[in-house]
Amino acid sequence: MSLDPATVRRIARLARIRVEEGELPRLQNELNGILGWIEQLQEVNVEGIAPLTGAEMALRLREDAVTDGGIPEKVLANAPDREGDFYAVPKVVE
Amino acid sequence: MSYTIEGRTGVWEVVIGLEVHCQVISKAKLFSGAATTFGAEPNTQVSFVDAAFPGMLPVPNRECIAQAVRTGLGLRAQINLVSRFDRKNYFYPDLPFGYQITQFEKPLVGKGTITLELEDGTTREIGVTRLHLEQDAGKSLHDQNPTKTYVDLNRAGVGLMEIVSEPDMRSPEEAGAYLRKLRSIVRTLGTCDGNMEEGSMRADVNVSVRHPGEDYRTRCEIKNVNSIRFVMQAVEVEAARQVQVWEDGEEVVQETRLFDSAHGETRPMRSKEDAHDYRYFPDPDLLPLELDPAWVAGLKAALPELPDDRRARFMEDYGLSPYDASVLVAERASADYFEAVAKGRDAKQAANWVTGELFALLNRAGRTIEDPPVPAAALGRILDLIADGTINGKIAKTLFEAVAETGESPDALVEKRGLRQVTDTGAIDAVIARILGANADKVAQYKSGKDKLFGFFVGQVMREMKGKANPALVNEALKRALG
Amino acid sequence: MFELSLAEARDALRARKFSAAELTEAYLSRLEALNPKLNAYITPTPELALKQAAAADAALARGEGGPLTGIPLAIKDLFCTAGVRTTAASNILRPFVPPYESTVTAHLLRDGAVFLGKANLDEFAMGSSNMTSAFGAVANPWTLPGDARPRVPGGSSGGSAAAVAARIALGATATDTGGSIRQPASFCGIVGIKPTYGRCSRWGIVAFASSLDQAGPLARTVEDAAILLGSMAGFDPKDSTSADIAVPDFAAACARGVKGLRIGVPREYRSDDMPPEIEALWQQGLAWLKDAGAEIVDVSLPHTKYGLATYYIVAPAEASSNLARYDGVRFGARVEGADLIEMYENTRAAGFGAEVKRRVLIGTYVLSAGYYDAYYLRAQKVRALIRRDFTEAFGKVDALLTPTTPSAAFVQGERMDDPVKMYLNDVFTVPANMSGIPGLSLPAGLDSSGLPLGLQVLGKPFDEETVFAVAGALEKAAHFTARPALQAEG
Ligand SMILES: [Mg+2]
Ligand SMILES: [Zn+2]
Repeated sequence: MSLDPATVRRIARLARIRVEEGELPRLQNELNGILGWIEQLQEVNVEGIAPLTGAEMALRLREDAVTDGGIPEKVLANAPDREGDFYAVPKVVE
Repeated sequence: MSYTIEGRTGVWEVVIGLEVHCQVISKAKLFSGAATTFGAEPNTQVSFVDAAFPGMLPVPNRECIAQAVRTGLGLRAQINLVSRFDRKNYFYPDLPFGYQITQFEKPLVGKGTITLELEDGTTREIGVTRLHLEQDAGKSLHDQNPTKTYVDLNRAGVGLMEIVSEPDMRSPEEAGAYLRKLRSIVRTLGTCDGNMEEGSMRADVNVSVRHPGEDYRTRCEIKNVNSIRFVMQAVEVEAARQVQVWEDGEEVVQETRLFDSAHGETRPMRSKEDAHDYRYFPDPDLLPLELDPAWVAGLKAALPELPDDRRARFMEDYGLSPYDASVLVAERASADYFEAVAKGRDAKQAANWVTGELFALLNRAGRTIEDPPVPAAALGRILDLIADGTINGKIAKTLFEAVAETGESPDALVEKRGLRQVTDTGAIDAVIARILGANADKVAQYKSGKDKLFGFFVGQVMREMKGKANPALVNEALKRALG
Repeated sequence: MFELSLAEARDALRARKFSAAELTEAYLSRLEALNPKLNAYITPTPELALKQAAAADAALARGEGGPLTGIPLAIKDLFCTAGVRTTAASNILRPFVPPYESTVTAHLLRDGAVFLGKANLDEFAMGSSNMTSAFGAVANPWTLPGDARPRVPGGSSGGSAAAVAARIALGATATDTGGSIRQPASFCGIVGIKPTYGRCSRWGIVAFASSLDQAGPLARTVEDAAILLGSMAGFDPKDSTSADIAVPDFAAACARGVKGLRIGVPREYRSDDMPPEIEALWQQGLAWLKDAGAEIVDVSLPHTKYGLATYYIVAPAEASSNLARYDGVRFGARVEGADLIEMYENTRAAGFGAEVKRRVLIGTYVLSAGYYDAYYLRAQKVRALIRRDFTEAFGKVDALLTPTTPSAAFVQGERMDDPVKMYLNDVFTVPANMSGIPGLSLPAGLDSSGLPLGLQVLGKPFDEETVFAVAGALEKAAHFTARPALQAEG
């Protein structure tokens, strides 16, 4: 599989990373190099193999208790923009 | 009950499926220890996990999982002992991680059923496709500032159960009945408060139309409708819109729409115009969720009686009509109220009082059954006073109103206001003699065959005795006197 | 003082041969002198270090010293440290000051450690050269006589490794997602261990690839690494992938010896393009172990050669999602735009460097509609096969021995033209991450030009003790006493 410039533009948009038109050829080249190299996995026979997503443990649960929160100053202190006790972003039109 | 739309090209039926988000009742959030209470000051119920700070990790809340399992059991659904949390990736300011932790491929709960009792006495089975757990998003406020959107993350990470139905509903009424039934089930189970105004229950409504017998046509999803009435209205106007589109020779396009209740119309959502590609994949921070069958069995054993079971028992044990039984179990609180009144008393009479006098009073007073002006114990006492002859049925209604107004006990009010019915036949006879004497002309008419006047005499006697006479004794004595 | 190991410094502190303040001051002044050349630290924290040293002296005076009381360490700038800027070597986190302490660094503080500062790394731990840091490259303290060109320290824990090798930290924290502890350890002539996945809590460590990330120490001796890991490890209820398993006495295991152990040699690690000196060192390592009483066994890991390609699907996929939170809303840097989407796109275009962008884009692509099965799902199946290979091999042997890297440290700027060429650095280290098993690298010799080369010991899940035992035996036999050029002059 090989990426065309439109696909690179589309994934950059999905990933919310601005890519200038001038960067596209280089990016396309690099990504295709990596994807081409990854192609080697197609030769592995994976029939009947269950995918491994991580450690082979069961999920641990916690008890239902309020142990956190109540720290608005701390969660807001690093915000690039805040209005009162809200995070602020450019206006979104619904 | 069939609901159809007559178009220029023929008859259309509407196909409805619902995705309902129910906020899980729990103290803490699904993956963090922050509180879930409604209406707190902005960003006060936010942990570093909820705000997706670097290095923060989700740890699931056992109670949220228990609540979802209880709900699944209440929907008579398959509980999946192994399920998984997945990430649904998209960017939005009220979604701090840049993904929602949800269950995509392997939900906690599989297929189930909801039974609807319709007003004509028939029932309909609506399939439940699945129930899965996921995080709620935060709240974006668009109207606080001309150039900015404000974000409050208090709700971000609160546990939601998304309950997806099959496209089995065919009318706005069925959609409404489905939501009422679902709400009754989650309230009975105590897994969601079902409060649509506060957003703890929200419906996405999938609507398509077709000529009967056809395959499904393209559907539209109307997002986040926040009352049962609006869901029904949204179905109606969206179905009408789609019929119009098809009949104009155009195509309905699959899209998400908003219901504008002020204008009674649906319109496309601008913020969703971006092509969707959620890139679902298993959340690598969370291992597979494995449930111990014994734990699930324990939850099942501890379930409260479900509305369907309760309805059957009300019909069986109390001899209620299917309709009365349905009305009473529609809300857990009204069923509880009814049972408190009916216990050891005439159940049919109790049902009449609850569905009649009490519901009318609640309506008038704008009160809820959770906070009734006449407590169940007081109504029960009123019925006892009727049964033992202390008061008659007419006075009972007066007494009921008096309890509602004053909050005093029925017994105290009977004494204070002298509501005890008169059973002294001498006193009744004396009044009758006076009434007959004063209405000699009517007595003559009665005797010449105008039977209907008997009621007039009863009324006069009762009025004279301020309604407190025992009606049976009055009847008897009048018959005797009119001979 | 700088020649003391961590264990020796700890004993000297307890014996009050010098104070924690004296030790810390010495390290700080050396740091001040050498860091401009090495760029090993992004944010030195001298004031904090001196405060911690004073507290350590007070504790020692009371006879309350913990296992690390007064020991000056470098902290990879991927570990969140309360009140101290944590950047992940990225512009997007340049202004970020976490209000919380990662579990691993909290454990070190509990045990009395002194933090000299936040160490440089590849941006978001993505790299094998430390060339991708937004705070500039790190120079390897090892250089060649007559060759002034700075070499890479390896990555991503390059700052940590350079600091330990140059003696501007007694030890360091690091993380390893595909070799980021072991490869820099090998390039810098020191010891590093990636423990079993789940051994150290990931809570408070800036995530790269959640199912692979694992913290571990860099140190100058095997025993020092064991002491540090003993402090860093341990169950943490805040990380649902953290293993609820007791932490054994790793340090005690270092001197156990290898008598009777079966050491596997994975035949697939041998390839025609392996440099002869690396092949020779590997054979030497096996001979040392044999001499020490171990039995050498040939094993097969048929799928390990796919480890790297698998890694370059799984890690970018997880990273593309993990890095979505850097959106300029709640923390970090923001670049404004005409609307919300432009703000996101500008913020992330300016905030992320080229390698991070590449990986986020690859990850986004392999998860996107229509490609998930062909890439991500297939990779997870190959991953299952890699794990199965190890499980079968560990049915026959107690540990495996391999080279750590296919080459010694290269010159800064080399291999930058082709990402795949750079990725090949991790060919021997990645399989351990894919299967979650522990892996340790220790310096075993020099290449012909005089640069250090490492050997890698791989062990069974949660059997770091055997890994330390094997490494201890190799360390004793290798008697690696060479010192980096910079260390000699400094
Ligand atoms: Mg939905
Ligand atoms: Zn949902």
